[in-house]
Amino acid sequence: MAIMNVNPTRMELTNLKRKLVTARRGHKLLKDKRDELMRIFLEKVRENKELRKEVEEGISRANTAMSVARCVMSDKALDVALMLPTQEMYLNVTEKNVMSVMIPAFDVKFRTANEHDIYSYGFAETSGELDIAVKALSDIMPKMIRLAEIEKSCQLMADEIEKTRRRVNALEHVMIPRYEETIKYISMKLDENERSTTTRLMKVKDMMLNQAHHYEQ
Amino acid sequence: MYKTAAIGDKDSIYGFASLGVNIFPAEDAAEGIKILRRLADADYGVIYITERLAAGMTAELERFASRPLPAIIPIPGVRGNTGLGLDNVSKFVEKAVGSDILS
Repeated sequence: MAIMNVNPTRMELTNLKRKLVTARRGHKLLKDKRDELMRIFLEKVRENKELRKEVEEGISRANTAMSVARCVMSDKALDVALMLPTQEMYLNVTEKNVMSVMIPAFDVKFRTANEHDIYSYGFAETSGELDIAVKALSDIMPKMIRLAEIEKSCQLMADEIEKTRRRVNALEHVMIPRYEETIKYISMKLDENERSTTTRLMKVKDMMLNQAHHYEQ
Repeated sequence: MYKTAAIGDKDSIYGFASLGVNIFPAEDAAEGIKILRRLADADYGVIYITERLAAGMTAELERFASRPLPAIIPIPGVRGNTGLGLDNVSKFVEKAVGSDILS
Protein backbone atom coordinates (compact mmCIF):
# COMPACT_ATOMS: atom_id res chain seq x y z
CA MET A 1 0.00 0.00 0.00
CA ALA A 2 1.32 3.34 -1.03
CA ILE A 3 1.93 5.82 1.69
CA MET A 4 0.60 9.32 1.48
CA ASN A 5 2.73 12.18 0.30
CA VAL A 6 3.27 14.01 3.60
CA ASN A 7 6.14 15.56 5.50
CA PRO A 8 7.31 13.28 8.30
CA THR A 9 6.71 15.75 11.09
CA ARG A 10 5.20 15.37 14.50
CA MET A 11 2.29 17.61 13.55
CA GLU A 12 1.40 15.47 10.55
CA LEU A 13 1.58 12.42 12.77
CA THR A 14 -0.94 13.84 15.22
CA ASN A 15 -3.23 14.88 12.38
CA LEU A 16 -3.05 11.46 10.77
CA LYS A 17 -3.72 9.69 14.03
CA ARG A 18 -6.80 11.80 14.51
CA LYS A 19 -7.93 11.02 10.96
CA LEU A 20 -7.38 7.33 11.51
CA VAL A 21 -9.62 7.37 14.57
CA THR A 22 -12.34 9.13 12.57
CA ALA A 23 -11.97 6.72 9.66
CA ARG A 24 -12.25 3.73 11.99
CA ARG A 25 -15.34 5.13 13.62
CA GLY A 26 -16.88 5.94 10.23
CA HIS A 27 -16.08 2.47 9.02
CA LYS A 28 -17.77 0.87 11.99
CA LEU A 29 -20.86 3.05 11.64
CA LEU A 30 -21.15 2.45 7.90
CA LYS A 31 -20.69 -1.26 8.40
CA ASP A 32 -23.53 -1.26 10.92
CA LYS A 33 -25.65 0.74 8.49
CA ARG A 34 -24.91 -1.70 5.70
CA ASP A 35 -25.75 -4.72 7.82
CA GLU A 36 -29.02 -3.27 9.06
CA LEU A 37 -30.03 -2.11 5.57
CA MET A 38 -29.23 -5.54 4.23
CA ARG A 39 -31.37 -7.21 6.88
CA ILE A 40 -34.37 -5.00 6.11
CA PHE A 41 -33.76 -5.28 2.38
CA LEU A 42 -33.74 -9.06 2.37
CA GLU A 43 -36.93 -9.12 4.38
CA LYS A 44 -38.60 -6.71 1.99
CA VAL A 45 -37.32 -8.25 -1.20
CA ARG A 46 -38.68 -11.63 -0.22
CA GLU A 47 -42.09 -10.09 0.33
CA ASN A 48 -41.66 -8.21 -2.94
CA LYS A 49 -41.11 -11.42 -4.83
CA GLU A 50 -44.10 -13.15 -3.29
CA LEU A 51 -46.32 -10.14 -3.84
CA ARG A 52 -45.23 -9.78 -7.44
CA LYS A 53 -46.10 -13.37 -8.17
CA GLU A 54 -49.54 -12.92 -6.62
CA VAL A 55 -50.17 -9.67 -8.46
CA GLU A 56 -49.08 -11.06 -11.81
CA GLU A 57 -51.32 -14.02 -11.31
CA GLY A 58 -54.24 -11.78 -10.34
CA ILE A 59 -53.74 -9.53 -13.33
CA SER A 60 -53.60 -12.40 -15.74
CA ARG A 61 -56.82 -13.72 -14.22
CA ALA A 62 -58.44 -10.32 -14.67
CA ASN A 63 -57.13 -10.12 -18.21
CA THR A 64 -58.66 -13.45 -19.05
CA ALA A 65 -62.00 -12.27 -17.72
CA MET A 66 -61.59 -9.05 -19.67
CA SER A 67 -60.97 -10.98 -22.88
CA VAL A 68 -64.16 -12.90 -22.32
CA ALA A 69 -66.04 -9.66 -21.73
CA ARG A 70 -64.55 -8.25 -24.91
CA CYS A 71 -65.87 -11.25 -26.78
CA VAL A 72 -69.42 -10.99 -25.62
CA MET A 73 -69.68 -7.23 -25.83
CA SER A 74 -69.02 -4.96 -28.74
CA ASP A 75 -65.95 -2.72 -28.56
CA LYS A 76 -68.11 0.34 -28.58
CA ALA A 77 -70.27 -0.84 -25.70
CA LEU A 78 -67.14 -1.64 -23.71
CA ASP A 79 -65.69 1.78 -24.44
CA VAL A 80 -68.87 3.43 -23.32
CA ALA A 81 -69.01 1.38 -20.14
CA LEU A 82 -65.45 2.15 -19.06
CA MET A 83 -64.95 5.59 -20.48
CA LEU A 84 -66.21 7.62 -17.57
CA PRO A 85 -65.05 6.15 -14.29
CA THR A 86 -67.00 7.08 -11.18
CA GLN A 87 -64.19 6.23 -8.90
CA GLU A 88 -60.91 8.01 -8.51
CA MET A 89 -58.08 6.74 -6.42
CA TYR A 90 -55.79 9.06 -4.51
CA LEU A 91 -52.68 8.22 -2.62
CA ASN A 92 -51.56 9.78 0.58
CA VAL A 93 -47.80 9.45 0.52
CA THR A 94 -45.82 9.49 3.72
CA GLU A 95 -42.10 8.96 3.81
CA LYS A 96 -40.45 6.64 6.24
CA ASN A 97 -36.82 7.01 7.13
CA VAL A 98 -35.05 3.67 7.21
CA MET A 99 -31.34 4.12 7.91
CA SER A 100 -31.47 7.48 6.11
CA VAL A 101 -33.16 6.01 3.06
CA MET A 102 -36.49 7.69 2.49
CA ILE A 103 -38.95 5.00 1.53
CA PRO A 104 -42.51 5.86 0.56
CA ALA A 105 -45.64 4.51 2.21
CA PHE A 106 -48.90 4.76 0.31
CA ASP A 107 -52.26 5.23 1.89
CA VAL A 108 -55.15 4.82 -0.52
CA LYS A 109 -58.05 7.24 -0.54
CA PHE A 110 -61.09 7.06 -2.80
CA ARG A 111 -63.14 9.89 -4.14
CA THR A 112 -66.49 8.40 -3.36
CA ALA A 113 -67.33 7.26 0.12
CA ASN A 114 -67.80 3.65 -0.86
CA GLU A 115 -64.57 2.26 -2.22
CA HIS A 116 -66.43 -0.63 -3.80
CA ASP A 117 -68.15 1.82 -6.07
CA ILE A 118 -66.21 0.50 -9.02
CA TYR A 119 -68.85 -0.18 -11.60
CA SER A 120 -69.00 2.91 -13.75
CA TYR A 121 -71.85 1.64 -15.89
CA GLY A 122 -75.44 0.60 -15.73
CA PHE A 123 -76.04 -3.09 -15.58
CA ALA A 124 -78.57 -3.06 -18.38
CA GLU A 125 -76.23 -2.71 -21.33
CA THR A 126 -73.20 -4.60 -20.14
CA SER A 127 -72.53 -8.27 -19.67
CA GLY A 128 -71.82 -10.02 -16.41
CA GLU A 129 -68.36 -10.96 -17.66
CA LEU A 130 -67.30 -7.33 -17.48
CA ASP A 131 -68.38 -7.23 -13.85
CA ILE A 132 -66.22 -10.26 -13.16
CA ALA A 133 -63.22 -8.68 -14.87
CA VAL A 134 -63.59 -5.41 -12.99
CA LYS A 135 -64.11 -7.26 -9.72
CA ALA A 136 -60.98 -9.34 -10.31
CA LEU A 137 -58.95 -6.22 -10.89
CA SER A 138 -60.38 -4.50 -7.86
CA ASP A 139 -59.51 -7.53 -5.72
CA ILE A 140 -55.89 -7.32 -6.74
CA MET A 141 -55.64 -3.55 -6.42
CA PRO A 142 -54.68 -3.34 -2.70
CA LYS A 143 -51.89 -5.79 -3.41
CA MET A 144 -50.77 -3.73 -6.38
CA ILE A 145 -50.48 -0.64 -4.21
CA ARG A 146 -48.52 -2.58 -1.63
CA LEU A 147 -46.34 -3.92 -4.44
CA ALA A 148 -45.65 -0.41 -5.67
CA GLU A 149 -44.68 0.66 -2.19
CA ILE A 150 -42.44 -2.28 -1.49
CA GLU A 151 -40.84 -2.44 -4.91
CA LYS A 152 -39.91 1.22 -4.79
CA SER A 153 -38.49 0.72 -1.31
CA CYS A 154 -36.41 -2.20 -2.54
CA GLN A 155 -35.14 -0.18 -5.46
CA LEU A 156 -34.09 2.73 -3.26
CA MET A 157 -32.56 0.48 -0.65
CA ALA A 158 -30.60 -1.53 -3.22
CA ASP A 159 -29.12 1.74 -4.43
CA GLU A 160 -28.20 2.82 -0.92
CA ILE A 161 -26.75 -0.57 0.01
CA GLU A 162 -24.52 -0.50 -3.03
CA LYS A 163 -23.30 2.97 -2.16
CA THR A 164 -22.73 2.10 1.49
CA ARG A 165 -20.91 -1.08 0.59
CA ARG A 166 -18.55 0.85 -1.62
CA ARG A 167 -17.86 3.33 1.14
CA VAL A 168 -17.22 0.55 3.66
CA ASN A 169 -14.84 -1.18 1.28
CA ALA A 170 -13.04 2.03 0.40
CA LEU A 171 -12.52 2.77 4.08
CA GLU A 172 -11.57 -0.77 4.99
CA HIS A 173 -9.21 -1.56 2.14
CA VAL A 174 -7.88 1.82 1.05
CA MET A 175 -8.19 4.66 3.52
CA ILE A 176 -7.47 2.89 6.79
CA PRO A 177 -4.44 0.87 5.56
CA ARG A 178 -3.05 3.98 3.95
CA TYR A 179 -3.34 5.97 7.15
CA GLU A 180 -1.78 3.14 9.11
CA GLU A 181 1.13 2.82 6.73
CA THR A 182 1.75 6.54 6.70
CA ILE A 183 1.62 6.73 10.49
CA LYS A 184 4.10 3.88 10.68
CA TYR A 185 6.34 5.59 8.16
CA ILE A 186 6.31 8.89 10.00
CA SER A 187 6.92 7.38 13.41
CA MET A 188 9.80 5.33 12.07
CA LYS A 189 11.27 8.36 10.41
CA LEU A 190 10.93 10.35 13.65
CA ASP A 191 12.53 7.55 15.64
CA GLU A 192 15.32 7.41 13.14
CA ASN A 193 15.86 11.14 13.48
CA GLU A 194 15.97 10.82 17.23
CA ARG A 195 18.51 8.05 17.06
CA SER A 196 20.67 9.99 14.69
CA THR A 197 20.47 13.01 16.98
CA THR A 198 21.55 10.88 19.94
CA THR A 199 24.45 9.42 17.99
CA ARG A 200 25.48 12.83 16.82
CA LEU A 201 25.39 14.18 20.37
CA MET A 202 27.47 11.28 21.61
CA LYS A 203 29.93 11.86 18.84
CA VAL A 204 30.13 15.57 19.58
CA LYS A 205 30.55 14.87 23.28
CA ASP A 206 33.37 12.48 22.49
CA MET A 207 35.04 15.05 20.32
CA MET A 208 34.68 17.77 22.94
CA LEU A 209 36.03 15.54 25.71
CA ASN A 210 38.84 14.61 23.45
CA GLN A 211 39.69 18.24 22.85
CA ALA A 212 39.55 19.14 26.53
CA HIS A 213 41.38 16.24 28.13
CA HIS A 214 43.30 14.56 25.35
CA TYR A 215 41.90 11.19 26.39
CA GLU A 216 43.22 9.55 23.36
CA GLN A 217 46.76 9.19 24.70
CA MET B 1 -52.59 13.92 -2.68
CA TYR B 2 -51.08 11.84 -5.42
CA LYS B 3 -52.80 10.08 -8.28
CA THR B 4 -52.15 6.75 -9.87
CA ALA B 5 -51.68 6.05 -13.56
CA ALA B 6 -51.38 3.12 -15.93
CA ILE B 7 -49.53 3.29 -19.24
CA GLY B 8 -49.68 0.58 -21.86
CA ASP B 9 -51.62 -0.80 -24.75
CA LYS B 10 -55.29 -0.02 -24.44
CA ASP B 11 -56.51 -3.57 -23.94
CA SER B 12 -54.18 -4.21 -21.02
CA ILE B 13 -54.97 -1.16 -18.98
CA TYR B 14 -58.60 -0.48 -19.80
CA GLY B 15 -59.97 -2.28 -16.78
CA PHE B 16 -58.01 -0.12 -14.37
CA ALA B 17 -60.01 2.91 -15.35
CA SER B 18 -63.02 1.68 -13.43
CA LEU B 19 -60.93 1.41 -10.26
CA GLY B 20 -59.96 5.05 -10.34
CA VAL B 21 -56.57 4.65 -11.96
CA ASN B 22 -55.96 7.19 -14.72
CA ILE B 23 -55.15 5.38 -17.93
CA PHE B 24 -52.88 6.58 -20.71
CA PRO B 25 -52.87 4.34 -23.77
CA ALA B 26 -49.52 4.17 -25.56
CA GLU B 27 -48.65 1.94 -28.44
CA ASP B 28 -44.88 2.24 -28.63
CA ALA B 29 -41.95 3.19 -26.42
CA ALA B 30 -41.54 6.69 -27.84
CA GLU B 31 -45.11 7.52 -26.99
CA GLY B 32 -44.68 5.87 -23.59
CA ILE B 33 -41.63 7.96 -22.80
CA LYS B 34 -43.46 11.14 -23.71
CA ILE B 35 -46.37 10.25 -21.45
CA LEU B 36 -44.10 9.10 -18.65
CA ARG B 37 -42.18 12.37 -18.64
CA ARG B 38 -45.37 14.32 -18.45
CA LEU B 39 -46.76 12.19 -15.63
CA ALA B 40 -43.55 12.24 -13.61
CA ASP B 41 -43.73 16.02 -13.34
CA ALA B 42 -47.40 15.92 -12.42
CA ASP B 43 -48.74 14.57 -9.15
CA TYR B 44 -48.53 10.88 -9.82
CA GLY B 45 -47.33 8.64 -7.02
CA VAL B 46 -47.56 5.27 -8.71
CA ILE B 47 -47.32 4.60 -12.42
CA TYR B 48 -48.07 1.10 -13.63
CA ILE B 49 -46.60 0.31 -16.99
CA THR B 50 -47.02 -2.81 -19.09
CA GLU B 51 -43.94 -4.99 -19.30
CA ARG B 52 -43.95 -4.95 -23.06
CA LEU B 53 -43.76 -1.17 -23.10
CA ALA B 54 -41.30 -1.02 -20.21
CA ALA B 55 -38.88 -3.30 -22.05
CA GLY B 56 -38.42 -0.63 -24.72
CA MET B 57 -37.71 2.22 -22.33
CA THR B 58 -35.36 0.88 -19.68
CA ALA B 59 -33.01 3.85 -19.99
CA GLU B 60 -35.89 6.19 -19.31
CA LEU B 61 -37.05 4.15 -16.31
CA GLU B 62 -33.51 4.23 -14.95
CA ARG B 63 -33.78 8.00 -14.62
CA PHE B 64 -36.57 7.66 -12.10
CA ALA B 65 -34.91 4.86 -10.16
CA SER B 66 -33.28 7.07 -7.57
CA ARG B 67 -36.24 9.38 -7.12
CA PRO B 68 -38.57 8.50 -4.25
CA LEU B 69 -41.60 9.32 -6.41
CA PRO B 70 -43.10 8.24 -8.73
CA ALA B 71 -42.85 4.51 -8.25
CA ILE B 72 -42.86 2.96 -11.69
CA ILE B 73 -44.08 -0.61 -11.54
CA PRO B 74 -44.09 -3.00 -14.51
CA ILE B 75 -47.18 -5.20 -14.79
CA PRO B 76 -48.00 -7.96 -17.25
CA GLY B 77 -50.29 -7.01 -20.13
CA VAL B 78 -52.90 -8.99 -22.02
CA ARG B 79 -50.29 -10.51 -24.26
CA GLY B 80 -48.81 -12.46 -21.43
CA ASN B 81 -46.10 -12.21 -18.86
CA THR B 82 -42.61 -11.44 -20.09
CA GLY B 83 -41.04 -11.95 -16.67
CA LEU B 84 -39.57 -8.46 -16.70
CA GLY B 85 -41.05 -7.64 -13.30
CA LEU B 86 -39.48 -10.57 -11.51
CA ASP B 87 -36.21 -9.98 -13.35
CA ASN B 88 -36.22 -6.47 -11.95
CA VAL B 89 -36.57 -7.79 -8.42
CA SER B 90 -33.66 -10.15 -9.04
CA LYS B 91 -31.67 -7.19 -10.29
CA PHE B 92 -32.25 -5.33 -7.03
CA VAL B 93 -30.95 -8.31 -5.09
CA GLU B 94 -27.95 -8.58 -7.37
CA LYS B 95 -27.19 -4.92 -6.93
CA ALA B 96 -27.47 -5.01 -3.15
CA VAL B 97 -25.97 -8.38 -2.32
CA GLY B 98 -23.66 -8.97 -5.25
CA SER B 99 -25.40 -12.06 -6.55
CA ASP B 100 -28.99 -13.19 -6.77
CA ILE B 101 -29.32 -15.26 -3.63
CA LEU B 102 -33.09 -15.65 -3.76
CA SER B 103 -33.53 -17.38 -7.06
